[in-house]
Amino acid sequence: MLSNRHIMTMDDLTSNEVTLILDTAESLAEVNQRRIKKVPTLRGRTIVNLFFEPSTRTRTSFEIAAKRLSADGINFTASASATAKGETLRDTARTLAAMSCDLVVVRHKYAGAPQMLAEVMDCSVINGGDGIHQHPTQALLDLYTMRQSLGRLEGLRVGIVGDVCHSRVAGSLVPALRMMGATPVIIGPPTLMPARPDVLGAEVCYDLDEVLPTLDVAYLLRVQFERATRMPFPSNREYAMLYGMNADRLAAMPSHAIVMHPGPMNRGVEISADVADSPRSVILGQVESGVAVRMAAMYLLLGGAESGAAA
Amino acid sequence: MALLLKGGRVVDPAAGVDGVLDVLVENGVIAGVGEDLEAPGAEVVDCAEKVLLPGLADIHVHLREPGQEYKETIASGTRAAAHGGFTAVACMPNTAPVCDSGSTVRFVIERAEETGVVRVYPIGAVTAGQAGEQLAEVGDMVAEGAVAFSDDGHGIQSAGMTRVAMDYIKRFDVPLIAHCEDESLAGGGVVNEGAVSTRMGLPGIPAEAEETMVARDIALAELTGCRLHLAHLSTAGSLELVRRAKARGVAVTCEVTPHHLFLDEDSLVTYDTDLKMNPPLRTPADREAMVEGLLDGTVDCIATDHAPHAVHEKELEFELAPNGTTGLETALSLVNTHLVATGKLDWAGVCRVMCHNPRSAANLPEMRLEAGFPADITVVDPEARVDVTPGWFVSRSRNSAFTGASLLGRASDVLVGGSWVVRKGKVVV
Repeated sequence: MLSNRHIMTMDDLTSNEVTLILDTAESLAEVNQRRIKKVPTLRGRTIVNLFFEPSTRTRTSFEIAAKRLSADGINFTASASATAKGETLRDTARTLAAMSCDLVVVRHKYAGAPQMLAEVMDCSVINGGDGIHQHPTQALLDLYTMRQSLGRLEGLRVGIVGDVCHSRVAGSLVPALRMMGATPVIIGPPTLMPARPDVLGAEVCYDLDEVLPTLDVAYLLRVQFERATRMPFPSNREYAMLYGMNADRLAAMPSHAIVMHPGPMNRGVEISADVADSPRSVILGQVESGVAVRMAAMYLLLGGAESGAAA
Repeated sequence: MALLLKGGRVVDPAAGVDGVLDVLVENGVIAGVGEDLEAPGAEVVDCAEKVLLPGLADIHVHLREPGQEYKETIASGTRAAAHGGFTAVACMPNTAPVCDSGSTVRFVIERAEETGVVRVYPIGAVTAGQAGEQLAEVGDMVAEGAVAFSDDGHGIQSAGMTRVAMDYIKRFDVPLIAHCEDESLAGGGVVNEGAVSTRMGLPGIPAEAEETMVARDIALAELTGCRLHLAHLSTAGSLELVRRAKARGVAVTCEVTPHHLFLDEDSLVTYDTDLKMNPPLRTPADREAMVEGLLDGTVDCIATDHAPHAVHEKELEFELAPNGTTGLETALSLVNTHLVATGKLDWAGVCRVMCHNPRSAANLPEMRLEAGFPADITVVDPEARVDVTPGWFVSRSRNSAFTGASLLGRASDVLVGGSWVVRKGKVVV
């Protein structure tokens, strides 16, 4: 089981717990290959997907994970902000708390919202992505995919390329990699770097070509134009020229190296179509891993061992 | 009706007193300060173990009336001021409507006369509607009683507009109180830009958003000769700019809030919206620089930026919640706890930064513990314990950054114009 009731940030987990989640995901992944993709592990438990921000892939991934564990999953789609309905975030939390759910998955446009909800509710909370802060299950599924593809995490050198300052994926993945003995390198123009990358514990590089030959993983981030207050680079063309992953750049990486992306992709901006669809791209593998990792997280948070075997 | 305040420690550097003395009050005015005063028929109040200061003044408060009376009113805000030991407040013009006309200044003054319990001095807007585009009717507002001018809540973004405002305002010999924030640098930031903003995933406001405008406004004050008062400074760099300007003889003063003196961004880890303010809580090094600046005289005064908000407004996502903390009721206790009780600041120093300097910076009438001055007196019990709980506040709002703190010292009794407004820690009017 996990020592913490919630998964808000990677700080809530120890490296042993991360390994436990990844190992559990490995055994649960087998369920996803069965003809009847369901185990009774979380029967009778209620899991609410509370999404304040539009999301299809993450919500669906959590929803499938809950269903495969036989939990009763409910989707609660709130408007972009609770205030739009005239209700405070704490009111929403109080309302949900009154419905006695066991686990709430929260996706929110603003950082800290899952923490505020957890203060009011008795149940476990998984942060399904909050603003530009963290998205811990994404980091876990990324670790899982790297371990599956490269056989280890320790010693890997992972380049996280692009819009780091607006990326909750980077916010979780950098500390997750460090925790597991890998080296994160963040790469991009200075306008897309966080104010203090050193506190995240990442190496910083502005030149992708310089660092490519040293990387085991090129992890490309979506440029989040919608979050930028002003255009952070002159044009998409120049961005692709300096930071876009293409066949030439892929060839400059070690032959074992893989390409990852949390999706959705801006094809032609941060990644060319041929790289996205190449055998060295594990982007669809990340999506597949997501279900198993989220099943593991739910199972371990809800004390699944008490209610039945994992599979 | 005469009052004889017996045996308290009377401190007022402006009056040249610091000792165990008696203060005699007659007809709302201080009739004498001295040893073993006698006044047959006077009500005698034992002030042993207490400290008597001239009435404290807070020149940066938001009373929210007119327009947002659900947060605070002149009645509730002035009671909160009295509860905190203040006998005078200057209120910012970002009300609804904005206080940018003589008639609104008049409304605030009349409302304060009807419902207020401490003295209220309106600050008028510099520009119409605080929109930063056209001068407000400064002369009319001065005629009605405005003491200073500010677009607080926003920096005046245009340097040209600021120059025109300073050139115009100097004719009235009143200060322009500047909120220094270059919005093109601050962007949509909600916390200090740096380690904490990176870790918490919150958009940051760089220190330079404040410092570039501090530098600009100091330069324009030199150019125009206008009196400049810099509101709620928060960075070490800003203070260094003020330090250098003062050394050159520029007519600039500045204030720091208790939250920037006693809190820093490290306390933000819980996303507590009561800690969301503008300017944001800065680094521990900035906080230490604020204290140092206060002690070396670079910082002229403490002002609370008392910014009341209703509970439902603060129960939002951090990025959506409004900026501000209440401050009137905790300031004196915080100063005593962190500066006086630790030996960093003496009571004469408290007089300077909470009574005399703020009054001169914002054009408020002088107050002294000296015969002939109005009997505005703050009696402090430096040993009283204050547990800051939501129920303890007199303000209509509860959004204090210091809720949960256990503080030392408070205003036990407060006189305004010779009348009690606080007795034994309770507001009595």
